[in-house]
Amino acid sequence: MTGVEGFMYPNEVELQWSALIVLYPYITGLVAGAFILASLERVFKVAAVRPTYRLALLTALAFLLVAPLPLQLHLGHPERSFEMYLTPHRSSAMAMFGFVYLWYLMVVLVIEIWLDYRADIVRLSQTRRGLTGWIYRLLTLGSRNVSPESRRIDDRVGWAITVIGIPSAFLLHGYVGFIFGSVKANAWWSTPLMPIVFLFSAMVSGIAAVLLLYMGISWRQKRKVDMLCLDTIARYLFYVFLIDFSLEMLDLVHRIYEADESFRSLDFMVRTRLYTSQVIVQIYLGTVLPILLLAATQVLRLSERLRRGLYAAAGLLTLAGIFAMRWNVVIGGQLFSKSYLGYTSYKLEFATREGLLTTVFLMVLPLAILWGLLKLLPPWPEREAA
Amino acid sequence: MSMTRRGFIVLSAAAASALSGAGGVQEPEARYRMAEHWWAMTIDIDKCIGCGNCVKACAEENQVPEGHFRTWVERYTVEAGDYEHPRVESPQGGKNGFPPAAQSTAKTFFVPKLCNHCEHSPCVQVCPVGATFESPDGVVLVDEKYCIGCRYCVQACPYGCRYIHPEKHTVDKCSLCYHRITKGLTTACCEACPTGARQLADLKNPKDPVHEFLRTHKVQVLKPHMATGSKVFYKDLDGAVR
Repeated sequence: MTGVEGFMYPNEVELQWSALIVLYPYITGLVAGAFILASLERVFKVAAVRPTYRLALLTALAFLLVAPLPLQLHLGHPERSFEMYLTPHRSSAMAMFGFVYLWYLMVVLVIEIWLDYRADIVRLSQTRRGLTGWIYRLLTLGSRNVSPESRRIDDRVGWAITVIGIPSAFLLHGYVGFIFGSVKANAWWSTPLMPIVFLFSAMVSGIAAVLLLYMGISWRQKRKVDMLCLDTIARYLFYVFLIDFSLEMLDLVHRIYEADESFRSLDFMVRTRLYTSQVIVQIYLGTVLPILLLAATQVLRLSERLRRGLYAAAGLLTLAGIFAMRWNVVIGGQLFSKSYLGYTSYKLEFATREGLLTTVFLMVLPLAILWGLLKLLPPWPEREAA
Repeated sequence: MSMTRRGFIVLSAAAASALSGAGGVQEPEARYRMAEHWWAMTIDIDKCIGCGNCVKACAEENQVPEGHFRTWVERYTVEAGDYEHPRVESPQGGKNGFPPAAQSTAKTFFVPKLCNHCEHSPCVQVCPVGATFESPDGVVLVDEKYCIGCRYCVQACPYGCRYIHPEKHTVDKCSLCYHRITKGLTTACCEACPTGARQLADLKNPKDPVHEFLRTHKVQVLKPHMATGSKVFYKDLDGAVR
C-alpha cells in the first residue's frame, strides 16, 4: 500500500487529523502566550513591557477569533457542532472546548480590552464622524462616563479580570494539551507532561509573536522601538524557552530511559519520517538556535541594531519551531500504528478543505483581523491623538 | 452500571414501544429486553482458518465501504521466541483469504479483530456529544444522526476499530450486528464462520455456553494493559498479538 511500511491496522492507514488540527493548538498557543505577556505588565507590574500591553491583548483576540475555524472546517458535520454546547458529553475533554473558549473570549479578553480602551472609545466616539463614529458609539455600550473615578473602577475591574485571565489562559492551552495527553491509546501523546509542555510552548510562541509584531509594526509605522521593552520581552522569552526546552527534554529522556513497548517504534519514527520536522526544524533550528541567539543577547554587549536583528531571527525561528512542535505532535502521533509494527504517511493536499491553501489562509486571517483591530483600537493612543 | 442519559432515552423508547404493542401483535424488537442481555464475543484462535468469510459477510450485511473494515483478520507469523517482531499481514482485511504462508519453522495463526465493545470504552468517554454510547445490553453503538465527525473516538480506540464513513462523514464501526441480535439472530460474521471460531455470547444468559467456555479455557483480551473492559475474549491468544 502506498506510503505504508510494515503493518498498520487496516483502518489506520488514513490519517484522521490533518494540518488544520495542527493549526488549532498553534493558534490557541499564540493566544495564551500573548495574553500572559500582557499580564506581565498588568498584574506583575513589569513596566518595561507597557508598550506591548495593548498590542498583546489585540493579538490574542485576533487569533482567538480564528481558533475555532480549523476545528469547524475539519468536522465531518460542521452544522452539528452546536450540539457540543447544547448537549455536551461531560466525560469528554473535547466537549469542554466551547465553554473554555467562550469563557476566555467573552469573560476575559473582550471585557479586559473594552475596559482598557473605554476612555479612548468614548473620546473617539465624540471626535469621529460617519461609520467609524457610529462604530465607536456602539462600542461605548452607552457608557460615556470617563471621570477619574470611573477610570479607577475600570482599572480595578480590569486588573481583577487579568488575574482571572492568567489561570484562564493556562486553562485554555493546558486544556488543549490535555486533549492529546489523555489519549491512552496513543503512546506519542499519552503523557501527563503534555499539558505543561503545551503551556510553556504556548508562552514561548505568544511572546515571540508579539515581539515580532511589535518590531514589524514599529518599522512599518516608522515608530521608534522601545529597546528597554524589547530587551525585557526577549529576556522573558529566553527564560520561558529554557523551561520549555527542559520540559521537552525531560519528556524525551524519560521515554528513552523507560523504553517501554512503544519506544522502538517511536524511536524509529523520529529517526526516519519525523527526522526533518522533529530533529532539524523543531529541536535544532526552532529551539536550540533561538535559545543560543537569545543567550548571546543576554551575555554579550551588543549594539541595539544587532540585538534587534538577533531578536527578529530568534522570534522567527521560534515561531517555526513551535509550529513544527505542533506538527510533530499532531501528525507524528498518527504516523505509527497502534500495533507498533508499521508506519503510514501524510500528504498535505493543496486546494482542498483541509489542504495547504486553507491552512495558509487560516494563518493569515488572524493577521488581517489584527490589522483591522489596530486601526479600530490604536494601541499607542499618544500618536493617535497627535 | 450507571444509567446514562442516552441509555435512559433508549430504555424509555423500548418501554413505550413495548407498552404500545401490548394489545396487538408485538414486533420481535418489542419483545427484546435490553436489561436481560450483556453481549460479548468469543474467538477461538485455533479454529480460525483465515478464509475471510466473516469479513465478507460483515461488509455485505452492513454495507461497509471499500477499504474500511468493521471486522478484519490478521495473519501472524512468529519466529520461535521472537515475540517482539511478529510479521503481520491483513491484505484487504483478509477479505479474500491469505496467500500461502512461506515455508518456515515459524508459527502462523490467524487473529480475527472487531470492536471490543469495551465496558470502559475510551471512545465513549471522549465523544464530545455522546453520539458514541454504550447500550444497556453492553454494545458500543454510534448514533450517526448525532455524530459531528470530529474523529476523537478514532484516535482514542486502542484497537483501530473505527473509521470515518466516506459518504456519511460520520464515524462507523462494528455494531455487533445490533439489528440482528435484538431479533434473536447471531451476527453476520458468526453466522458465516465455517469453523465456529467466532461465537456471539450473552454473559447475562445463564444457559449461554460462553460461561463454560470462559471457565474451561485460558482466555485473554487484546491489550489488557489498556484496561478498557474489552468483551471480546480470545482463546489461546499468543503473546505476540497486539
